[in-house]
Amino acid sequence: MGIAGLGIRQGLLGLAALFFLTDLYLIFQYVPTASEALGLQVQRIFYFHVPSALLGMISFAVAAFASVVYLAKRARKWDRIAWASAEVGTLFFTVAIGTGAIWAKPVWQTWWVWDVNGTLTFMLWLVFIGYLIVRSYAPTVERGSRWAAVIAIFGAAAVPFVYMAADWWEGLHTERITGPGARGSMEHEMFLTLMFSLVTFLVLFIALVAERAAQRGIEESIEELRREVSA
Amino acid sequence: MIRYLRSAFAVYAKDMRLEARTKETFSAVLAFAVIIAFVFGFAFDPSPSVIALVGPGIIWVAYVFTGILGMNRTFAVERDRGTLEGLLLAPVGREAIYAGKLASTTTIMLVVEVLLYPVFLLLFELNLFNIWFVLVTVTATVGFATVGTLFSAIAAHTRAREVLLPLLFLPIILPVMIGAVASTSAALSGDGWGGVGKWLQFIIAFDLVFLVLSSWAFDFVLEE
Amino acid sequence: MTMNFTADAPLLAIDVQGLSKSFGRMAALRKVDFQLAYGEGLALFGHNGAGKSTLIRTLSTLIRPDEGIVRIAGFDRDKHAAQIRNVIGYVGHQSLLYEDLTPRENLRFYAKMYGISDAHDIVERSLVEVGASTYADRRMRVLSNGMQKRVAIARALLHRPRVLLLDEPESGLDQSGLDLLDSVVAAVKKGGAAVVMATHGIERGLALAERAIVLADGRVSLTCATSEASVGAIQEAVLAERGVRR
Repeated sequence: MGIAGLGIRQGLLGLAALFFLTDLYLIFQYVPTASEALGLQVQRIFYFHVPSALLGMISFAVAAFASVVYLAKRARKWDRIAWASAEVGTLFFTVAIGTGAIWAKPVWQTWWVWDVNGTLTFMLWLVFIGYLIVRSYAPTVERGSRWAAVIAIFGAAAVPFVYMAADWWEGLHTERITGPGARGSMEHEMFLTLMFSLVTFLVLFIALVAERAAQRGIEESIEELRREVSA
Repeated sequence: MIRYLRSAFAVYAKDMRLEARTKETFSAVLAFAVIIAFVFGFAFDPSPSVIALVGPGIIWVAYVFTGILGMNRTFAVERDRGTLEGLLLAPVGREAIYAGKLASTTTIMLVVEVLLYPVFLLLFELNLFNIWFVLVTVTATVGFATVGTLFSAIAAHTRAREVLLPLLFLPIILPVMIGAVASTSAALSGDGWGGVGKWLQFIIAFDLVFLVLSSWAFDFVLEE
Repeated sequence: MTMNFTADAPLLAIDVQGLSKSFGRMAALRKVDFQLAYGEGLALFGHNGAGKSTLIRTLSTLIRPDEGIVRIAGFDRDKHAAQIRNVIGYVGHQSLLYEDLTPRENLRFYAKMYGISDAHDIVERSLVEVGASTYADRRMRVLSNGMQKRVAIARALLHRPRVLLLDEPESGLDQSGLDLLDSVVAAVKKGGAAVVMATHGIERGLALAERAIVLADGRVSLTCATSEASVGAIQEAVLAERGVRR
């Protein structure tokens, strides 16, 4: 029933909650306030923004990989993992885009920076949305799963091209803004907090995907039983 | 292999014959393209400096959106009229059907795009009769069509195909859009191979990768 | 495309075991079993929604089964779907023909898709066989339903299939069309092919076929030889399960 037993999933969720609380402490208490140039208090959003964006991309990689395995093996488990990854990934990307906008406006006077990372984030977010929507429009669940898998694979294949194109485009249009993606030199506390946030979001990702995939597994079992009963 | 080419060509010839006879898709796509061009004409003050900046963007937005209209029709019409099953029942690999459809969609799009050259000249004084621009047009259109034909097969089986095709299609062909706009900019300012070459190779690489990928995925998409 | 037969020569034209198919929550076919030899006809009866079309479309490879074995002319559906498509002819509810092309153009297109050599002669012969020669150069769109059906039948027979699948072929046909259908089915069986015909016309079905199956709610509720069956008995079987829909 799903990819991990109930005990493991509850443990993961608990762990994620713990990490998250600790992360909040680090972000709001431990790290000193940033410089004026970086936005003072608003800059703290950076610790939500970067991990969300990164985890969004990791979810995409997981979804694409699971999609390939699903098409090869046709085992429902892999479709559930891909689906769960896509849902959680969409959530992460939405947070990344929202926090990116909130941070960018006061600091760089623009709502979004179309640098390589920005473009990639936005594009993958759209692919994920298409991935989820196509399932609801498919005539059957199985067909929807196949279509979605194809979309995830196409998205993954397009990533290197988007990266290159956005990079060259950036080079052509020289009003380069060091956007939210820039790291530069970081103080010790900032680096530590950032790393911890990354781990927090990773644990959150794993916990949520496991939970969602298991849920999906239960839903599918119910459908199966319904079918058998009416036979 | 011969079988593949013969069937792909049969599908292509059939589509072209139908199009020549009814001019359904062609006229809808051409009309839409001209309308978009005119809308941009009203929206922008066509002074040379403005056009130099936004011209390439306008051209490719027009081409992409008319392309979406054309690509949607590729499979929507076959499905609605019940002839798609006839193709699916044929004892040929699905890749052949994909190839034939890709060819007919690309042909229609290219014809419309070229017919738009005088329109752009008239409205924006953009002279598109430029070998580099032609090369970009051909390669970018093929790029759109490889992905669009496949996604059209998906969208045609749903209720919301007008919305679904753009949503699925646009993020994937984003690199081609960027490449097309950048190289058009270079081509129109007379850059030749130096400015255009890199982008042209990039778009061609995209075309090849997605041609193979779409051909492979086609079977999965059509399976019931 | 060379046809690779399985090691032992296939004695059965169609071999279906435990075939099940569901669309979402609705089970369309439940563990259907039957076999059909070459030269034999099978009449498929059942109320609307019983699964006749689903069964025919599964045999035609348009639908993929959820469970069960489907073997046509010895080819397994899961592994050799393309070979199956080579040996079956299908006439469904939709004509599968392009409305803005003429019968001749339609048949020539399909001849190419089926890789038929001598396409020109075969298409001409086909048009004569189904009585569509006079209209061969009018667009399909302007032809009557009956005439369109005839061309659809021609399309299905173009490549001399070993298994002919008909889904309510009698719809839209006038008397001479029905006569044509009868002679086509008889000729096809004589030529050694098997025929599966889903139909509401019980008399015609029993006359043209050697075996009969009644489907109800996706299940086989009655199977027999047509020589032993009466119109009344079949009618009863078809109506019997009518009230029991889940």
